[in-house]
Amino acid sequence: MSTLDKSDVEKIAFLARLGIDEQDIPEYATNLSNILDMVEQLDSVDTDGVKPMAHPLDAVQRLRADVVTESNDRENLQSHAPEVEQGLYLVPRVVE
Amino acid sequence: MQWEVVIGLEIHVQLSTKSKIFSGASTAYGAEPNTQACTVDLGLPGVLPVFNGEALKKSVMFGLAVGAKINERSVFDRKNYFYPDSPKAYQISQLYYPIVGEGHIDIDMEDGTQKRIGVTRAHMEEDAGKSLHESFHGQTGIDLNRAGTPLLEIVSEPDMRSAKEAVAYMRKIHSIVRYLGVSDGNMQEGSFRCDANVSLRPKGQEEFGTRAELKNINSFRFVEKAINVEIERQMDILESGGTVTQETRLYDSEKNETRSMRSKEEANDYRYFPDPDLLPIVISADEIEAIRATLPELPDDKCARYMDQLGLSEKDAKALTIDRDMAEYYETVQQAVGDAKMAANWILGDVAAHNNKNGIEFKVCPVNAEQLSGLLKRVKDNTISGKIAKEVFEAMYAGEGDADTIIDKKGLKQITDTGAIEAIIDEVIANNPGQVAEFQSGKDKLIGFFVGHVMKASKGKANPGQVNQLLQQKLKP
Amino acid sequence: MHNKTIAELSAGLKAGEFSSVELTQSYLDRINSLDEQLNSFITVTPELALEQAKQADEQRAAGNAGILNGIPLAQKDIFCTKGVKTSCGSKMLDPFISPYNATTINKFNDSGSVMLGKTNMDEFAMGSSNETSWYGAVQNPWRKNAVPGGSSGGSAAAVAARLAPAATGTDTGGSIRQPASFCGITGLKPTYGRVSRYGMIAFASSLDQAGPMTRTAEDAALMLNVMAGFDPRDSTSVEETVPDYTANLNDSMAGLKIGLPKEYFSEGLDDAVAKVIESAVKEYEKMGAVIKEISLPTSNLAVPTYYIIAPSECSSNLSRMDGVRFGHRCEDPKDLNDLYIRSRGEGFGTEVKRRILVGTYALSEGFYDAYYVKAQKTRRLITNDFNQAFADVDVIMGPAAPSTAFNIGELTDDPITMYLSDIYTIAVNLAGLPGMSIPAGFVNDMPVGLQLIGKHFAESKLLNVAHQFQQATDWHTKAPAAFK
Repeated sequence: MSTLDKSDVEKIAFLARLGIDEQDIPEYATNLSNILDMVEQLDSVDTDGVKPMAHPLDAVQRLRADVVTESNDRENLQSHAPEVEQGLYLVPRVVE
Repeated sequence: MQWEVVIGLEIHVQLSTKSKIFSGASTAYGAEPNTQACTVDLGLPGVLPVFNGEALKKSVMFGLAVGAKINERSVFDRKNYFYPDSPKAYQISQLYYPIVGEGHIDIDMEDGTQKRIGVTRAHMEEDAGKSLHESFHGQTGIDLNRAGTPLLEIVSEPDMRSAKEAVAYMRKIHSIVRYLGVSDGNMQEGSFRCDANVSLRPKGQEEFGTRAELKNINSFRFVEKAINVEIERQMDILESGGTVTQETRLYDSEKNETRSMRSKEEANDYRYFPDPDLLPIVISADEIEAIRATLPELPDDKCARYMDQLGLSEKDAKALTIDRDMAEYYETVQQAVGDAKMAANWILGDVAAHNNKNGIEFKVCPVNAEQLSGLLKRVKDNTISGKIAKEVFEAMYAGEGDADTIIDKKGLKQITDTGAIEAIIDEVIANNPGQVAEFQSGKDKLIGFFVGHVMKASKGKANPGQVNQLLQQKLKP
Repeated sequence: MHNKTIAELSAGLKAGEFSSVELTQSYLDRINSLDEQLNSFITVTPELALEQAKQADEQRAAGNAGILNGIPLAQKDIFCTKGVKTSCGSKMLDPFISPYNATTINKFNDSGSVMLGKTNMDEFAMGSSNETSWYGAVQNPWRKNAVPGGSSGGSAAAVAARLAPAATGTDTGGSIRQPASFCGITGLKPTYGRVSRYGMIAFASSLDQAGPMTRTAEDAALMLNVMAGFDPRDSTSVEETVPDYTANLNDSMAGLKIGLPKEYFSEGLDDAVAKVIESAVKEYEKMGAVIKEISLPTSNLAVPTYYIIAPSECSSNLSRMDGVRFGHRCEDPKDLNDLYIRSRGEGFGTEVKRRILVGTYALSEGFYDAYYVKAQKTRRLITNDFNQAFADVDVIMGPAAPSTAFNIGELTDDPITMYLSDIYTIAVNLAGLPGMSIPAGFVNDMPVGLQLIGKHFAESKLLNVAHQFQQATDWHTKAPAAFK
């Protein structure tokens, strides 16, 4: 049985960079724990020797020819961007 | 305590494709910001990646060149992390099933021996964009032109034991990717970048020490310096009884120090999983063999051939083959002139020296291979002496024209007319009776004195062989 | 006019009974006067629609009109439409005016059809009731305060209420079939890879598939003729030839082998719904089909498998919503993490956050093998079950949902019960099979959908089977009283 507590939820929320209201954390913790309990039904299934299935069809990747097909469309692509200057997307200062 | 240095390198090579690894946008360097970032590169909602087959071919070429196993089935995974230069907040990479498996290369050690360095794996991935830190009202600007440029990340075994070995390994990989034409290897433009994992352990201990990862060191010189200062830093810590922290560090070339990059440290859980937008990449044994057939002669093979067939020394052969452009230059000259040794001496001597001094690569050398051949042919056919040839070369390098033009213009044609040379010799003999007497009494070494005077009087144009021969005749008692 | 099918409208346009402009205007009028009751559209695009209708009429006059020429359609707001808001039901994308068209939108534009607007949906297609939409819940046209199902709830409600002759939907775990069942319309989820996903905002990439939501199987065939096909922009789209899906509609049912999985008729299924399904199956028997009980023993694994795979993929797919290049951005971020955390915290609703958290957890270090890899393995077991079953039968039938539409607010506090409302549809996505829901009757005046499941790329067969049912019954012609 997986029981997630407040600090688990906070840790996962930070990994996902997801703001969650403090007062909602207990409810998330409960719901997430319930969902995890539900999915843990799979634990009892014998899957020894079963190949993981990533795609419904056992297809393989098609290869694209190395040709430039796109041209400069910056004005259109940036026309609804939140914050742009001199063609650059702006974000709060990144410190390395 | 005696410490042993352990170094492993991760080299990121931009593959020289025309379009990006998952989109049809151009990879050309230096465009206006975000003009080569299409919907896919920007990670707009709804867009999907489609894999560029040329990136696969180039990766396989590299794998074959380092004797690696090519995985007939490889898979793209997502590496999830939030950073503004990573527009989807995940990088498409290959963790679990890389395209290139284990291989190796041999590097030359200072003592003349060779050492084998293991290549653990090489995998394909997409490059990130660039953060520009110039002030935009205290904000950072993001340019995503580079995002999606195909990269091959080549991971070595922790087989290197000094900064010098690391540099030798890096140079060898650089040489190979350039030979193969899979990358332009341009370090200024970031086509060839290196991260170094450095750790120390007491000599004799098997277990590795804690390592620091040095990020993005973008020149051969800096790799050596960065690793050496990091070794010193770690040694200071260990000698004083401390422990090294596992972390990412950035090399500051101005201060010649490494410092911790805390920004990369927080919560490193990349949550890798197979990218469901892409399917497994499958390449057959036949396709791999077809690519093998296209491989050019690689530096080690070329070097061996220069020694066996052209009779060059190991030192010269190695020096000529490290850079593909230089080797091609050499082969053109050698074939045109028909003198392997002479061509090698010139290229490793005057040509390399001029290029180095001017920071010029062989590809764009102002005296191209055909022009140098023209010059050396004039030495071979005795039109000019080797000494004059150097003067002509200077002029050619300065852009004054080809060899024949300069020889004509400056009147540098060698004097081979016996009568004219005899006249000069007679004058020299007449002016130096004392030395003549000494020579004739057995002081053979004085021949150099006479040759020097004759050459000087002819302004270097007399054929030195003829001068020597005629002097011997005329000085006979 | 609004009770006509696409096939009938197309004939009317061809015969010159009305123009596309007239037809389009009549639907715009209906939307204008009736959608207030339903909230089935997020965006209505009257100017664009009339412009497209005008062009369609001109094309027809010039003699090059295809079958969908001039037909007004509604597009789920998950498809990127150039110059039009593409919200995906989320505050996060409320400011997103897409700079490009989804392949499906391009195909419909090329067909000469007309876009009436963008339909409401669960936020990022995560939901089974349309209640997670930032733009509010959608009413089921059959009963006030009942949900239309989800996530394609707006499309289902709009088609059922005759606000559009047909619409597009997308189906990740039942999001076409369950709302089609709840609203009494025909919905088809094609084989994974049959319809391009390019420009369709991804929820779970290995499960998502777009398909038509119509009133008849014939209309679904006409829509699929436009939507299906290989797309070089989608690596997962399939290079398989596209047949004319109308070609086999009239094939006989005699000898058709129908499998009824016993697991689909057990505990959890509403008795009255079961009766409706059983009588629908009897209809097929009358037509000469052979009924066979089969077993899909891993059916109980479908929901848990899905709730690992879908949240894992969505947690990564939705990471690009970061407030940097498009979409919602918080006010005055104090640093980079603040920008991410607040933009995403403000932009996403509760259910989306829940799934992102589950997926992030399932993929995190130390849990990946136990959750994700395990689910990929049970996914294969589920698929193997279907493959085995299809060795003996042509089509599998069962209910599309365990009950008729529940009430708004009834299950919002109980995510797991809500998840279980997709219990019969989810396995089909995991296996990548085509599935349909067609109207099969009513329980307490609420529609019940019969689910048809086919082999990979057997859309023609499913459409044939559905069409034959609709030739023999009239459930699909029933309209909700308030929208007749």
